[in-house]
Amino acid sequence: MSTAAYDVAIVGAGIVGAACAHECARRGMRVVLVDRDAIGAGATAAGMGHIVVMDDSEAQFALTRYSQRLWQELRPELPDDAEYEQCGTIWVAADDEEMAEVRRKHKYYGEREVATEVLDGEALHTLEPNLHSGMKGGLLVSEDGVLYPPCAARFCAERAQELGAKFRLGSSVQDIGQGQVVLSDGSEIRAEFVVNAAGASAPALTPGLEIKKRKGHLVITDRYPGFVRHQLVELGYLKSAHSVSSDSVAFNVQPRRTGQVLIGSSRQYGAEHREVDHGILVQMLQRAQEYMPGLGQMSTVRTWTGFRAATPDKLPLIGPSTVDRSVWLATGHEGLGITTSLGTARILADQMTGAQPEIPIEPYLPSRVGKEQVHA
Amino acid sequence: MTRVACHKFDVLVVGAGPAGMAAAACAGECGVRVGLVDDNFRLGGQIWRSESAGGPVPEAAGWLERLRAARVDPLCGVRVFDAPDPGVLLAETADDPCELQYDQLILATGARERFLPFPGWTLPNVMGAGGLQALVKNGLPIRGKRVVVAGTGPLLLAVASHLRKHGAELAMVCEQASWDRLARFGIALAGQPGKIVQALQLKKDLAGVRFATSSWPVAAEGKNVLESVSISRRGKSETLACDYLSCGFHLVPNTELACLLGCQIECDFVRVDDFQRTSIPEVFCAGEPTGIGGVGLALVEGQIAGLVSGRRVAKARDLFAQRKKLRNFAAALAGAFQLRAELRDLPSAETAICRCEDVPYSRLLRYPSWRAAKLQTRCGMGPCQGRICGPATQFLFDWTPDSVRPPIFPARMESLAALASSPEPEQQAVTGGH
Amino acid sequence: MPSLALTVNGVTVDVEPGTTVAVAAMLAGQPCRVSVGGASRGPLCGMGICFECRMTINGKAHGRSCQILCEPGMDVRTDD
Repeated sequence: MSTAAYDVAIVGAGIVGAACAHECARRGMRVVLVDRDAIGAGATAAGMGHIVVMDDSEAQFALTRYSQRLWQELRPELPDDAEYEQCGTIWVAADDEEMAEVRRKHKYYGEREVATEVLDGEALHTLEPNLHSGMKGGLLVSEDGVLYPPCAARFCAERAQELGAKFRLGSSVQDIGQGQVVLSDGSEIRAEFVVNAAGASAPALTPGLEIKKRKGHLVITDRYPGFVRHQLVELGYLKSAHSVSSDSVAFNVQPRRTGQVLIGSSRQYGAEHREVDHGILVQMLQRAQEYMPGLGQMSTVRTWTGFRAATPDKLPLIGPSTVDRSVWLATGHEGLGITTSLGTARILADQMTGAQPEIPIEPYLPSRVGKEQVHA
Repeated sequence: MTRVACHKFDVLVVGAGPAGMAAAACAGECGVRVGLVDDNFRLGGQIWRSESAGGPVPEAAGWLERLRAARVDPLCGVRVFDAPDPGVLLAETADDPCELQYDQLILATGARERFLPFPGWTLPNVMGAGGLQALVKNGLPIRGKRVVVAGTGPLLLAVASHLRKHGAELAMVCEQASWDRLARFGIALAGQPGKIVQALQLKKDLAGVRFATSSWPVAAEGKNVLESVSISRRGKSETLACDYLSCGFHLVPNTELACLLGCQIECDFVRVDDFQRTSIPEVFCAGEPTGIGGVGLALVEGQIAGLVSGRRVAKARDLFAQRKKLRNFAAALAGAFQLRAELRDLPSAETAICRCEDVPYSRLLRYPSWRAAKLQTRCGMGPCQGRICGPATQFLFDWTPDSVRPPIFPARMESLAALASSPEPEQQAVTGGH
Repeated sequence: MPSLALTVNGVTVDVEPGTTVAVAAMLAGQPCRVSVGGASRGPLCGMGICFECRMTINGKAHGRSCQILCEPGMDVRTDD
């Protein structure tokens, strides 16, 4: 049995945990980062790596925008294998109703100093000639980007390590609480704060957490450079992400720097097994083919699944747990973990050190759960 | 919506090498409706690959006739990529997706060469042992070309003999196994008269060719294409100018489909009972995926699987004794051609281990597992899906591969997205070659 | 033996029927593809599993040329 004293023990070395490790280490805290697997091997490895502003709620916008800015600041320091590209997002409108949504978003973002451009059908076709020609138009958000998450997570973790953080990888965690992380081999790690950044596995460590697994599927093609230039998302995606109970698919494709095309997306509740769900995969790919018919002939090389950590109000939990004062939460990021990881880390570290957060943090506090929400 | 052909069989055989052909013929002779699918444009698999310009190899002729007589439905150019439900395989041809429905399935998916990396192994004209042979059979002129054959396994001599017959100049055959091990293997052949005849024939074919044991390639050299190979022999290095290096380190089983179906795997091979049944109901496996044992064993296992699937169990039992003998040969094979430890030291820091994604040896050293390395470097994420770098990294670093997900072979997105065209499957016309 | 003609990177190559596209590229002196790191690559496995022999055949990218028989008039590109 061995014990060690740290200021912060972070359980979960995905992008959120790794970003938190870096941020805490940067502020002079003694950090240990624990994971049952390698760095970035969970949802971080499965996700699309899309850095995107979202406007589902004021709080979601604030966190994604803040965090996106942090990624832009970090960009010059990112290693080449993090593959950061500011390729922009185009929200694709297939009909007039969706074009109205395009204009609403354009106005919303304009009021908040996010540069966007309304594209008519022709402009859209010029930017993305492989989109089905019947699209009505779209919204270009040029500051959005993409990156390769496992390497970005590794970078954050290594930065933390350079500042003195320690790793305990390949170590399964049995229990956290009362200033301890208990590993499956019986050993304990003592820390003033224990951060639960375990994503979809967070409820196993902090019972009662209202986090549900939301399974997603992804498919990647062989190299077809230039086929798609921006991250393309159908506006119907928002309907899919909104739904709290039913399975859904939405068109969502991303150009990888390798020239491969990454194809998503799907959401399922209640699916616990990791295997590819053939029925959902077929739906997702048929949807993709409707938007980009050229995808049909492309060689696909891999499919995989992942579990997002979803909260009932679609906002992450960032802050002290209401149950155990030594346990802090940095989890529940659903499909925005990559984007909001850096902002999450800042907000968490601010709270721990008593520093003033740069955005209002009430919407993300674990203590909000059970209280009435006020949406903008 | 893509048109999806749907084929229904009582017994479906995947893989048309010796095991698959034998299984399909025997099942067909039992009177059941049999399908036989293979990725290649012709039947025969690897070992019975015919010369493109000629007819089938003599050893295959008898089985082809039996297949024809049994009215077996061969579908060539068909690649299986998924097994979404029991009784269904999804596949594609060059143009369309197709669905294969079966009551019983016989996996005869064969084996592929094991490639071990060494400096320069990615130069054009460095190929597998079977690789060069396949290209020669498919039209590559080899007359007057200088070839070094290296690696390990009985395939080396077979390839060397074939190349020589086509006029290649064999600079050397380098077998990494020691003379001791080969001698013991030779003794094991004593129990297999047919194999002795084969061995003697090979000896004759290769008279005058330099043959070295305890010898392996240390580097392939050349500017943009292979120009020479340096080989290690008795602690000394020797450089041989050559046009082609034909290099493979024995065989690894193609177990991807078996894994996808959930078949139990033991020590990298598919576990089968006496009747060639896997742990999954209605799924059989025959030939190299159950253990590398060569053509003879593949034929017997294929026949047993075919007969059992056709409910001729007694006839299958008649073959058990023969199979036992051939399995002894397979065990001797495995012992003789074990890879020596020195081969782990061949790659230099810059040697590409993952060819698809160009990941060098030095980048992989720090990772404790296949999965960690894959996520950080993309090793194994390319279109070969780890078929080349997987066995190499398993040998170099003791990494175990990931679980298998569809598509088990790269497939067009429209094929992944296809549903069966109708709930009532229709029998399609035979389209395959011979 | 009658031969058939196809083009590899615009250059005409005559081959015997039953020749695969991979061999045609080799006869034309062309590497099959360029690796991620910029190096020339040729066929390796000869049986369609290594994907080193990928090339664009009649406009379709990533064809495994060792598994594809030459046809008259085929347009093969290894340089895109």
